[in-house]
Amino acid sequence: MKYTWHWQILFETEPGGTGTYLHYLLVGLGWTLATALAAWVIALALGVVVGTVRTTTARWAVRLGNLYVEIFRNVPLIVQMFLWFFVVPELLPEAVGDWIKQMPPPWGSYVPAVLCLAIFTSVRVAEQVGAGINSLPRGQRLAATAMGLSQFEAYRRVMLPQAFRIILPPLTSEFMNIIKNSSVALTIGLLELTGRARAMQEFSFRVFEAFSAATVIYLLTNLVVVLVMRALEKSVRVPGLIAAGAGPQAGH
Amino acid sequence: MFAGYDFDAIQRSLPYLFREGMTFTVTLTAIAASGGIVFGTLLAMMRLSAFRPVSMLAGGYVNLMRSVPLVLVIFWFFFLVPYIGAWIIGAREPVRVGAFLSAAITFTMFEAAYYCEIMRAGIQSIARGQVWSGYALGLNYWQTMGHIVLPQAFRNMVPVLLTQTIILFQDTSLVYVISATDFLGAASKVANRDYRLVEMYTFAAVVYFIISYSLSLLVKRLQDRIAIIR
Repeated sequence: MKYTWHWQILFETEPGGTGTYLHYLLVGLGWTLATALAAWVIALALGVVVGTVRTTTARWAVRLGNLYVEIFRNVPLIVQMFLWFFVVPELLPEAVGDWIKQMPPPWGSYVPAVLCLAIFTSVRVAEQVGAGINSLPRGQRLAATAMGLSQFEAYRRVMLPQAFRIILPPLTSEFMNIIKNSSVALTIGLLELTGRARAMQEFSFRVFEAFSAATVIYLLTNLVVVLVMRALEKSVRVPGLIAAGAGPQAGH
Repeated sequence: MFAGYDFDAIQRSLPYLFREGMTFTVTLTAIAASGGIVFGTLLAMMRLSAFRPVSMLAGGYVNLMRSVPLVLVIFWFFFLVPYIGAWIIGAREPVRVGAFLSAAITFTMFEAAYYCEIMRAGIQSIARGQVWSGYALGLNYWQTMGHIVLPQAFRNMVPVLLTQTIILFQDTSLVYVISATDFLGAASKVANRDYRLVEMYTFAAVVYFIISYSLSLLVKRLQDRIAIIR
């Protein structure tokens, strides 16, 4: 059984006429990154708030945070994607729902995809933030309180700045996860990198060239993310503050 | 909000959803989890090998699998498995492979990379003295691993392995992209046939939530019990 490779396909024009197949895939990478980055900003903001709240003494807030985490952690990403895309516009008031449904492509899929990934990832960020805060010595919170700082100030000035440095490595892998997870958005019609590799395979019948190219692009993207994050970790490191080694974690 | 909610549409399709869809999902999860744990443990042993080419091969495989999206891996195997099958039996044309077999191979191979990392941490958590004592007793590598290291490593990692399996259970819903009829695929087919998207997708979300959440509670209880015994 032999497969004849035909790598020149990458430099042939794609049927849409926008350029070569390689260019077509790179635009897909652009959409992958645009989706992942926008979702990441929201996920960080939400995750920090939820994760912090779950370590406070306000019991109702802890419960609410737990509920949020459990709901969005126990429903598969693709199902959440469908909920945002098919179900949410139906449940909103009709005018708003119609406005969402009539958004021109690709925004009609981009916006739900970003919201979905943001909330899905915020749960994981929240867990990391909570773990980071809990890994700090108890004395940090007690000392901050003894200095007369309010709970908000204790978090803002003492605990969160240390926790962020501790959780930077796991956050890096969460960021790589959000890039990978954005591929699920192809199910609601967003032509990101994997979606375009699939489309290229359908147009050109060059299955393995399309998927190999996409794989290489993902690997290179990961490499860049790792290098950037390593530099960031180095630049914010506090001498003497040794990050607690996180235990093995389940993930995908 | 629930005024036009058609509960009857869900009720009518229950037998199809569970007998076809959920059976597919659960079987796939069971096969991929058991295959993935076995293959993942072997990979972990390879990664910890002192023989560089072996550890680099395993490390390369694990890192490759962990760097690409699962959806892309599903596509890869969906098209690759027919070629591999033809290569094994020496056929000229790619063999026909059903969605289930393709998905089972994909998820076993993909999850093995994740199980490998868990088992590697488990093996490394065992005190070196255990290995040395094994060798001192005259056991060889496979005996030391099989009778001393792996049982302890496995036991320490049971909660994480189970949590990973819950994630695997959720991830199997991605076989939607190769049009397999798992639970979500079944729900989506009914949704499009009867035009009941809101009902079917909310129902699917609720079912996945109930199953994953109850399993995660069980894992948490198990974790507490193991923690006390140790």
